[in-house]
Amino acid sequence: MSTVATIRRYRPPRLAYLTLLAVLFFSGFPLYFSLVVASQDNSALGRMPPPLLPGANLVDNVRRVFETVPFGAALVNSLIVSATITASVVLFSTLAGFAFAKLKFRASNTLLLLVVATMMVPAQLGIVPLYLMMIRFGWTDSLQAVIVPALVNAFGVFFMTQYLREALPTELLEAGRIDGAASHRLFWHVVLPVARPAAAVLGMLTFLTAWNDYFWPLVVLSSPDNYTVQVALSNLRSGYVTDFSLVLTGTLLATVPLLVVFGLLGRHIIGGIMQGAVKG
Amino acid sequence: MTTTRPAATVPPGAPSTGTPGRHRGPQGTSWQQRRYRWDVKGTPYLYIAPFFILFAVFGLFPLGYTAWVSLHDWSLLSDEQTFVGLANYRELLTDAYFWNALRNTISILILGTVPQLFFALIIAHLLTMRLRGQTFFRLGMLLPNVASVVAVAVIFSQLFGRDFGLINWVLESIGVGRIDWQAGTASSHIAIAVMIAWKWTGYNALIYLAAMQAVPRDLYESATLDGASWWRQLTSITIPMIRPTIIFTVIISTIYGLQIFAEPQLFAGGGQDTITGGSSRQFQTLTLYLYEHGFNRGFQFGYASATAWVMFGIIVVVAAANYLLVRRIRSSA
Repeated sequence: MSTVATIRRYRPPRLAYLTLLAVLFFSGFPLYFSLVVASQDNSALGRMPPPLLPGANLVDNVRRVFETVPFGAALVNSLIVSATITASVVLFSTLAGFAFAKLKFRASNTLLLLVVATMMVPAQLGIVPLYLMMIRFGWTDSLQAVIVPALVNAFGVFFMTQYLREALPTELLEAGRIDGAASHRLFWHVVLPVARPAAAVLGMLTFLTAWNDYFWPLVVLSSPDNYTVQVALSNLRSGYVTDFSLVLTGTLLATVPLLVVFGLLGRHIIGGIMQGAVKG
Repeated sequence: MTTTRPAATVPPGAPSTGTPGRHRGPQGTSWQQRRYRWDVKGTPYLYIAPFFILFAVFGLFPLGYTAWVSLHDWSLLSDEQTFVGLANYRELLTDAYFWNALRNTISILILGTVPQLFFALIIAHLLTMRLRGQTFFRLGMLLPNVASVVAVAVIFSQLFGRDFGLINWVLESIGVGRIDWQAGTASSHIAIAVMIAWKWTGYNALIYLAAMQAVPRDLYESATLDGASWWRQLTSITIPMIRPTIIFTVIISTIYGLQIFAEPQLFAGGGQDTITGGSSRQFQTLTLYLYEHGFNRGFQFGYASATAWVMFGIIVVVAAANYLLVRRIRSSA
């Protein structure tokens, strides 16, 4: 009796589907609309009602974006920045996560608490001194000014610690120790293989964040050839008369790589976000 | 495990076995032991060192240094930095534009966060049901989160356009009439809040979903047998059970919301409005205010740093207040 009741109870009412479909529509529509605008010529946007279907001008608009700002350079810059940051965050977070999750050392709890506490402090608040430091180092208007401060982050360490605590069997490490393996060998041959799924998720999240970062690159980069994609976008937007089809084509170009990654790996990203959450 | 066990079984080919003579002890065992002990005691610090060194230099040091800079008349335009004590703070607290920015930030924060977390709860609750195409729905919820804030701000600025925006067209067709979203205080706050909510609702729904999956099923079963409606189940079972997660999302959203920058900056049409947050500063947020003083008008680093510290103080106070409030709500329920 109880199985029947259970099945009936959890069969979702039609209203649930309708609500979720509506949410899905509102989630997707603005992105779809950016495609619509990006494929229209600018004069079509002055019509009422506004166009709701894609037009034929996408290729032309894309060409204009690359002519108006050094967008190719911006894409390459963003790729360099995001890839470097991702590799570094994943490596250092896994190292620190391994230490916090499985190795015993003095003050480990206090240090981990410090990591978690600083997750709550917005990095933005240190922006002025960070800028002064970059002037001192002579790094302003260079990609390393964007890359170096982001090479590690507290979230990554917290995330890897959480994952390795559960996923890495302590017996496996002990067995390795008995066989005489030093820690660095344990790291390469035991920890890294186990950490691979979490490392992939952390890598994707870090890449997304680095690719989408805006405030700090805007502050520290000043010449268009050094812009990252987001700064180049805002540059397209500024000016008294906005060519919306141009701007939204740029927006689309900057978002498409992420949408592709998301389409291919979205399941894992979702798994990662749900894993990183504080559970009730 | 004890420290002596590994040394008893030296693996063939371990680097140290070839150099026993360089150390005291009959067969190099003590070298093995010492190496092992050093490995166990020292390596953890080696592993966390890269993180803490970089983090200290580029994360913690600037935070403290902000306080030092905030006590100076510190500008890019002059070589000398005069110590001025709390003058920057005094000036800040008497500046009407600062209070305006604070009001705007809090208004946008509340408009953007409260409905967002409420909808996220409902969506998560729906997602716990046995749905067909579950993965599809979850992916769809997260889609907005993949777009950058710049992309979101640009797209929504077009949607909220006064003359040719889609939203005004819809409002006009249903007889409400068009709204000049950028011009008004309330309307611009609503538009910016929509951008924030659009980007983050699905993300928070997934976090709630993760927490909800840990709630024991039989609680719902007995509640259903007692005839409790889904709304009643949500408020009496789900919400109390996932309280830590709710506190977490409230605090994170608050911290994020207090730093809003890209949305208002790009929502303004162009020119100086992008820094003042509209022609009459109707949507200038605290971070825009900081940006205006630190990186636009004469690079007043001391003044901008004072703003950063006041913002930090506000964040701490608001986060603490949130924590207490959410806890209170739970215990009275």
